[in-house]
Amino acid sequence: MDKHIKQIALQHSDEIVQMWLNEIHSLKNENYTATISGDLFESTNREFVNVIFDSIKNHGSMESLEQFSEKIIHLGWPLSYITDGLQVFRRVTIEFMLTQTDKVDSAYFANVMTSVDLWIEPIIRQLVNEYSGSWENIVSLQRLALQELSAPLIPVLDDITVMPLIGTIDTERAKLIMENLLDGVIRHNSEVVLIDITGVPVVDTMVAHHIIQAAEAVRLVGATCILVGIRPEIAQTIVNLGINLDKFPTKSSLKKGFMSALELTNRRIEELDSKSANIESLIDSIRGE
Amino acid sequence: MSLQSCVTIQKEWDIVGARQVGRDIAKKIGFGTVDQARIATAISELARNIYLYAGNGKICFEVIDNLDQKGMCIKAIDTGPGIQDIGLVMEDGFSTSGGLGAGLPGVKRLMDEFSITSDKDKGTNITTIKWVR
Repeated sequence: MDKHIKQIALQHSDEIVQMWLNEIHSLKNENYTATISGDLFESTNREFVNVIFDSIKNHGSMESLEQFSEKIIHLGWPLSYITDGLQVFRRVTIEFMLTQTDKVDSAYFANVMTSVDLWIEPIIRQLVNEYSGSWENIVSLQRLALQELSAPLIPVLDDITVMPLIGTIDTERAKLIMENLLDGVIRHNSEVVLIDITGVPVVDTMVAHHIIQAAEAVRLVGATCILVGIRPEIAQTIVNLGINLDKFPTKSSLKKGFMSALELTNRRIEELDSKSANIESLIDSIRGE
Repeated sequence: MSLQSCVTIQKEWDIVGARQVGRDIAKKIGFGTVDQARIATAISELARNIYLYAGNGKICFEVIDNLDQKGMCIKAIDTGPGIQDIGLVMEDGFSTSGGLGAGLPGVKRLMDEFSITSDKDKGTNITTIKWVR
């Protein structure tokens, strides 16, 4: 950056800052920052402009910039605040520089332009990179979180396991479902697996195809698969699509599916005797002693 | 006809996006839950076809509001390789990707009106309408 121009910028920093603040305030009402309180907006602007000047004072040092970007990303300021702010700063600075000299020839103009660009560009690049980096980080964390929710297998009784599915099933998730299902059937030694699709919003041919394949694979390892949680509207779309689900039993609710799973494993639920009978038997047993 | 909105289909998750937009529009027009599910499923099939076979395309939604009837028009437009034999893909059980082969004939049954045109190497256009009853 040209020394002469740097000097002008540092000498007249107060004037440039004032011009910039005025412009930024006029932007405030028409965009993003309208909901941010006046005080906070004021102090952040001050900090922002200090960071910009720090970067030429310290020959492009990015330390204060890093702290600043961390802070405003944490507070959730919009990226457009940064980009607009820096564009305005560039314009204001160039305008100011050109008023500082009597003779404006093209060489001087070009010099001002490149100098200011060299000053502002690295700051924009750094801030935008930090912003997108933080978004990418969030997205990858959420993908991980989603994967954890993806296809849990819950053993509810000996021989009976349930796999509740919630949300959209894409190819990747379908693969996970198949793997977890087979893995779980063998690990828990299950005889019956209930796949619950109550929480699946749409069952199209692809989802149905994956479920059919999973059920077929479960049959191959010697267990039975029951598809439960078929809502009435899903039943109708499956019929409309002409999908054949008669290779394995299906039930409307997890409860009904569980009952037939009990039947398949030769068990049933029995109510205990009433309380009074319990007490009587207890008394009897005490007397017996 | 009014209100046209389009969703581009390039990634698998765009299918979910298209479905969501379609479902919202269907709800607004006044379709019942069963028809909403039918429309969402039809969109899902059309969008998945674009994703699987064409790679790039869009799903457009239009609200039809005539004096005598209301409805929703869904258009699937892609610039993929086109379909060689339309008669064949409209048959149940035909699939080139090892799927169930119920997609397009299924959409036809899910919706009320269905038309398809396809030019080899130029792409496929599918227009389908569901009327509010």
